[in-house]
Amino acid sequence: MKHDNGLVSLPEPGMLHRALLLLAVPMVLVSLYLVFIWSPVERQMGVVQKIFYFHVGSAWNAFLAFFVVMVFSILFLITRKRIYDMIAGVSAEIGVIFTAIVLTTGPIWARSAWNTWWTWEPRLTTTLILFFMYIAYIMVRSLDMEWQKKGRLSAVLGIVGALNVPIVYMSIRWWESNLHPVVMGEGADGAGGGMEPSMFFTLMFTVFTLTLVYIVLMQSGVYIEKLRLHAKKLKAKQQEKMTG
Amino acid sequence: MTYLFAAYSIIWLLIGGYILVLGKRQKQAVNEVKFLQELHKN
Repeated sequence: MKHDNGLVSLPEPGMLHRALLLLAVPMVLVSLYLVFIWSPVERQMGVVQKIFYFHVGSAWNAFLAFFVVMVFSILFLITRKRIYDMIAGVSAEIGVIFTAIVLTTGPIWARSAWNTWWTWEPRLTTTLILFFMYIAYIMVRSLDMEWQKKGRLSAVLGIVGALNVPIVYMSIRWWESNLHPVVMGEGADGAGGGMEPSMFFTLMFTVFTLTLVYIVLMQSGVYIEKLRLHAKKLKAKQQEKMTG
Repeated sequence: MTYLFAAYSIIWLLIGGYILVLGKRQKQAVNEVKFLQELHKN
């Protein structure tokens, strides 16, 4: 990266990325062991309850991803640095994947628990709105326009979308939904919702593992965006060479 | 059991699918950079 403004050498993924990737794989396997073998089967719902661990873990990571979008969108609007716009864009994409997991595993669980695939219950409805907001965000990012203008537009959309996250989280309390269970903060100890300790540990471990998966995906996504930017710079340089 | 299988299949399809998309994008970007670097050198 030392010669010719770093255009000659290929950007390489960092050591931390490789280390986290190596850590994520066994952690996913351990999570699956904890979910399917170690944690007990819930008495009322049976094995279907085991959907809950990855469902909640995905919801947490979707919220985290959209929070990251908001933070880096604000940073981009203040500093106009392209890296912040890139990070926000990648995080939104991963957030959409996690929200898609939430929106598909939720109805599967609902079919078993509530005997219906879908109901316009507050949390489901607000999560669906959140999903569509970030689909719109990704669509804006794929528009063919000047990157600064696109960055500003998507940053505003990213911030507005993230404002929906606390609404999704609080919806079951604000609109007093009887269907969606309050998982955290309602137990005797104020955490775990009166869950069996082994279930609570499995949930925490799965949430942590999926957070690690989110970080690994973020690093890969940002690395690819850097490669694309590198290609654009090389193209511009080549055009300069040909015209000049 | 069918619901559980369906849910976890969807989870891994979505995550695996996204990893495949990222892999494809990375391969394309690396090839493009390498090609442009060759042009730049000549």
